[in-house]
Amino acid sequence: MKFKLVKKSPVSGIKSILTTLLSIFIALLISGIFLTFADINPISAYKDMLIESVGSVYGITETLVKTTPLIFCGLGVAVAFRMHLWNIGAEGQLYMGAFGASLVALHLNTDSHFVMITLMFISAIFFGGLWALIPGALKAIYNVNETIVTLLMNYIAILWVDFLIYGAWKDPKGFNFPISAEFTSAARLSEYFDSRLHSGFFLALLCALLVFIIIEKTVWGYEIKVIGSNPKAAMYAGINIKKNIILVMFISGALSAIAGFSELAGVQHRLQHAISPGYGYTAIIIAWLAKRSAFGVVIVSFLMGMLFVGSDSMQIYYQLPVAMVSVFQGLILFSLIVAEFFKEHKIVMVKE
Amino acid sequence: MISIIIDATIRAGTSILYATLGEIIIERSGIINLGIEGLMLIGALAGFYTTYTTQSLILGVFAAVFAAGLAGLIHGILCTYFKGNQIVSGLALTMFGVGITAVLGKSMVGQTIVGFKRIEIPVLSKIPIIGNSLFNQDILVYLSILLVFLISFFLYRTVWGLNLRTVGENPYAADVSGIDTYKYRLVATFIGSGLAGLGGAYLSLAYTPLWIENMTAGRGWIAVALVIFSSWSCKRALFGAYFFGGISAIQLRFQAMGTTISAHILQMLPYIFTIIVLIIATIKIEKGSSSQPESLGLVYDREDRK
Repeated sequence: MKFKLVKKSPVSGIKSILTTLLSIFIALLISGIFLTFADINPISAYKDMLIESVGSVYGITETLVKTTPLIFCGLGVAVAFRMHLWNIGAEGQLYMGAFGASLVALHLNTDSHFVMITLMFISAIFFGGLWALIPGALKAIYNVNETIVTLLMNYIAILWVDFLIYGAWKDPKGFNFPISAEFTSAARLSEYFDSRLHSGFFLALLCALLVFIIIEKTVWGYEIKVIGSNPKAAMYAGINIKKNIILVMFISGALSAIAGFSELAGVQHRLQHAISPGYGYTAIIIAWLAKRSAFGVVIVSFLMGMLFVGSDSMQIYYQLPVAMVSVFQGLILFSLIVAEFFKEHKIVMVKE
Repeated sequence: MISIIIDATIRAGTSILYATLGEIIIERSGIINLGIEGLMLIGALAGFYTTYTTQSLILGVFAAVFAAGLAGLIHGILCTYFKGNQIVSGLALTMFGVGITAVLGKSMVGQTIVGFKRIEIPVLSKIPIIGNSLFNQDILVYLSILLVFLISFFLYRTVWGLNLRTVGENPYAADVSGIDTYKYRLVATFIGSGLAGLGGAYLSLAYTPLWIENMTAGRGWIAVALVIFSSWSCKRALFGAYFFGGISAIQLRFQAMGTTISAHILQMLPYIFTIIVLIIATIKIEKGSSSQPESLGLVYDREDRK
C-alpha cells in the first residue's frame, strides 16, 4: 500500500472558507503547544481570550477599537495585492499618517472640529500616500523590488516619529516622556456607548464599501486586476502600467495612513512611541486571508482585533508578551499554505 | 582613529555578512527567503540561551545554526512540496521568529555571558594602522571571511555547486538530468538559514553578548537587499556587508562624539543607504548585466515536468 498525491479541481465557495477557518484552528493547536511550554493551559487561555474580546459589550467595543486600524491597513495592503504589488510597508505608512495628522493637530489653532479633523485627515493621507508613492515610483520607473523598499521604509518612518517626540515635538509638560502635547478637543473624533469606540470605525466600514465599489464595479478596478494577473495583456490593451503602479501605491499608503489618523484622533490623542502594536504587519495576513476582498478584510480584521484584545488580557493574566500575536500570525500563514495545497491536491491510496 | 573605525566596521558588518551569504545560497537554489530577519533572531536567542546554560560558546554556535536551519526548513518544505507562495511563507517565518524569540527569550533579558574573545594573529596584527583592526578579531570574524571563499569555491568549482545553480536557473532541466531539485532546495535552505542564524548569534555571542528582544533591528532585511546589490556573488557580499558595517560604525562614532545631529536621524542612515544601493543595483540588473537565478521565486512543480 502506498500513498500518492493527485491533483483535483480546486474547491470553491463554502469549502474554501472552511479551509481558511481550519488553518486558523490548526494554528491555535500549534500555538497551544508553545503555551504549554510557557506553563499556560491553552484551553483556559483561549477561553479567557474569547471572553475578554467578545464576552461583554465592553469587550466587543474594545475589539472594534482594534478592528478599526486593521481594516484601514488591511484594505491598503489588499488594494496593492490586487495588482500583485507587495506593499508590506503599511506599518510605516500608518506612522507617516499619524505624523501628518499630528502636524495639523499640534500646529493649527482652531476651535472648529470640522476644519481641524478635515485638515488632519487630508494631511495624513498626503504624507502616508507619499510615503508609499516613493517605493511605487521606484518600482514603476526602475523596477526596484517594492517588498524590500517598503519594509525598510517602516524603520525610517518609526525613527522619524521618534525623532520628533524625543525632540522638537516633546511635550514640555510631559515629565520628559517621549510624547507630544495632548491634542485639543477639536482634534478628537466622537466616541460612542460610553466606550472608546469612535467614529473612525464607521469611517473604516465606509472605506471598505468604497474600495469594494471601486475595485469590483469600475473599469479602473478591472484594469488594475488585469495588470496584476496578466501584465502583457494589459500592455497590449493600452493600459498605462507605470501610472497605475504609482497611483495604486499612493492609494494603498493613504488607506494605511488613515489608520494612523484614526488611532490618534480617536484613541491616543497625542503622538507617542509605539502607536501601533504591529497593525501594519497584521494587515498583510488580513489581506492574504481575505483573498483581497474588501468585505473579507472587514471580517478577518475583526478576528485579528479579537486576537489583539485577547492577547492584551493574556499579558495581564499570564504575563505573556504581546509578541505571542506574531507567533500565532506566522503559524496561521504556514497552515494556510498547507491548506491551500490540499484545496488542489488529494491523497489517494495506490496498491503496489 | 582610522584603526578604531575599521575595527568597528568589521564587527558591525560580520553579522550581516553571514546572513547575506546564507541568503545567496538559498536564492541560488531558486528560493527567496524573506524570513532572514526572523531566522537571525532565532539564531541569536538559541545561541545565547545555550551558551548561558552550558557556558560553552561553541555549543551556542551549533545551537544557533541548527535552530535557525530547522526553522528555515519549514520555509523550504512549504516552498517545494507544498508549492507555497515564497513571499508569504518568508514573511510568516519572520513573524514567527520575531514573536517566538520575544516569548521564549523573556527570561534571558538582562542575563550576561562571556562572549567570544579576540584572537591576535602574531606578526600581522602588528602592521601599523590596519594590523590591529584586521588581525585582532574574534574567531567568528575569521570564519565569516573564510566562508566567503569556501562558498564561492563550492558554487563555482564543485559539481554540487554547479547542480545547485542549475536548480536555481532551470529546475526542469535539472530534473531531466537526474538532479533531485527538491533535495537541493531543501539542503540549500537548511544551510543558508543556519548561516543567517549564525549571523544572529554573532550579535548575541560576540558583538554585544546579551539577549535583547528584536536585537537584529532590520539587519535581516538589509541582508536580503545586499544579495541583489552583490548580484549573488559572495565576494561582492563581503564588500556590501562591510560597507554597511562602515555606515553603522561611523554613525555610532558620531553619537559617541556627542554630535548635535539627532541619534534617531543617524540611525536611519543604514536603511536609507540600503535603499539607495538597491536602486543602483537594480538599474544595473535591468540593463542586462545580471546573474540573478532565472527561476528565483517561481514555484516548481515536479509533476508538471515534460
